[in-house]
Amino acid sequence: MRWTGRAWVYGDNVNTDVLFPGKYTYTIVDPAEMARHALEDLDPTFVEEVQPGDIVVGGRNFGCGSSREQAVLALRAAGVRAIIAASFARIYFRNAVNHGVLPIQCPEAAAVIQHGERVTIDTEARTITCAAGTFTFPPLSPSVQAILDAGGLIPMLCQRFGRPVPPNFQLPG
Amino acid sequence: MPGKTFAEKALARASGQPTVTAGAIVDVRPDRILSHDNTAAIARAFAQLGFTRVVDPERLAITLDHAVPPPTVRHAQNHAEIRRFVAEQGIRHFYEAGRGICHQVLSEEALVLPGQLILGADSHTTHFGWLGAFGAGVGRSEVLALWATGELWLRVPESIRVELRGTLPPGVTTKDLCLRIIGDCGADGGIYRSVEFVGEGLRHLSIDSRMTIANMMAEFGVKNAYLEPDDQVMDWLAPRLARRTGRDLADCRDEIAAGALYPDPDAVYERVLSYDLSQLEPVVACPHTVDNVRPISEVAGTRIDYAFIGTCTNGRLEDLEAAAQVLAGRRIAPHVHLVVIPASAEVLREAMARGIAQQLVEAGAMLGVPGCGPCMGNHFGIPAPGEVVISSGNRNFRGRMGSPEAAIYLASPVAVAASALRGQITDPREVLATTATGG
Repeated sequence: MRWTGRAWVYGDNVNTDVLFPGKYTYTIVDPAEMARHALEDLDPTFVEEVQPGDIVVGGRNFGCGSSREQAVLALRAAGVRAIIAASFARIYFRNAVNHGVLPIQCPEAAAVIQHGERVTIDTEARTITCAAGTFTFPPLSPSVQAILDAGGLIPMLCQRFGRPVPPNFQLPG
Repeated sequence: MPGKTFAEKALARASGQPTVTAGAIVDVRPDRILSHDNTAAIARAFAQLGFTRVVDPERLAITLDHAVPPPTVRHAQNHAEIRRFVAEQGIRHFYEAGRGICHQVLSEEALVLPGQLILGADSHTTHFGWLGAFGAGVGRSEVLALWATGELWLRVPESIRVELRGTLPPGVTTKDLCLRIIGDCGADGGIYRSVEFVGEGLRHLSIDSRMTIANMMAEFGVKNAYLEPDDQVMDWLAPRLARRTGRDLADCRDEIAAGALYPDPDAVYERVLSYDLSQLEPVVACPHTVDNVRPISEVAGTRIDYAFIGTCTNGRLEDLEAAAQVLAGRRIAPHVHLVVIPASAEVLREAMARGIAQQLVEAGAMLGVPGCGPCMGNHFGIPAPGEVVISSGNRNFRGRMGSPEAAIYLASPVAVAASALRGQITDPREVLATTATGG
């Protein structure tokens, strides 16, 4: 898969409370509504302007803090399919994979991508192309890649039990 | 072949393999699977996917703690759904609203033992390292998968060894140790790692103080924490296991001790840190990151509006007792509001029995129902925009407690109490000095 999107660049330690505030975690269950609160305490323009295919870029320790999956679901519902960072907090990395959002650990690209520029991701060639150049990112381990290929943990679980994902399935966000 | 770390030994056991090495991906079968108020959302999805029975309900532990008693109709519905699910599935290890915060309750009930693996839909599941278990946080979907299959993949982490020596001076706590480590190495200093605490410094630490360490290491980015379990740990857990199971105390103690795992002397560590507890001083994490750590003397005098003592990190008896030591017979500053929330009903009962609760309330504290309280901004003490908070909790991220315009300082409970007394950030050693001399 290859696509181009606008880069939304934030710094180090982007935490789950700014990705999706804790006060909403037991009251908002609809992904579209989650998307309306994505990054609201860090960058209110994000929800107003984000387009499907846009790419969020962080520094070190992206997604630190809570285990809440809404911090991934809110971005996914806003159309984000990949996040580039120098490093990811471990639960956030798992949650991203489990919800079919590609976490790309690439410190070189994360350091040079400018806020608002157009970035192209090629998942087959495993490259990121931005104004500063093209960067290659490492493959995921096969068992982790298998979850992403299935579309996430829930679709993989359904495959394993030989049943389809229900059409209006509500993730446990 | 080099020796093994605790993480390598614990995950070899949990995956049923003779040995595993850092970097390997393994399928593990956890001894305990934790969820809390988020159980309702997981149960809805579980049913929607057509699953009817949890694979092994005996392995589940569920607590109501994140918003108790429920502040809204939505939260109340959530709890009602969880009660129905617990009854349908025959889940025995269920703890009602008011029993306490999940990590404290599971510890008190001896539902996790040395050498075991617990996975929980809560980032502070690192907590169980205090007793020498492997505890790691996972997502809600992963708990769903665990209910359906009983297994989950984990990457065996590389390890950091932390050697402790000496004893803590008065007014300095293991919260200060944790903030110091995070301040020294950064909030991502332990990312993906197992952080393993060893050394004679551990032996002098109370159980409550040890819990704070493993719990707070979540803010260091670690996968799990580990503190070498000693006799004190076995002696704390054994009567609790005996009480819960009705079994013989000596048998319980033997079983607990037999499960304990210790890293090999020649285990491979990526990094070794060393701290002399006697050289530590009170510190605070300044807004808005946990690694923005400074000696308390540098920010002393900063006016505060609101002080909070509680959470799974620092809401235990020792924490309330330290606060009472500072506040007994005194009143908090008139412009400050102080909220104290015990981590569990057991802590609350004991605080009442020892007169600690009375002292805190007489000093002007509002005493809350055991649970998570305002830690993640749900209820029971949300700061107003512009207010300055000093908290014994674990996160000071912008908006964490509900208002993005509030500023949160993190500190030990004794430092929070001293600051509530003076109405400004205060080195607890100053106040303790006046207590000791009767001033």
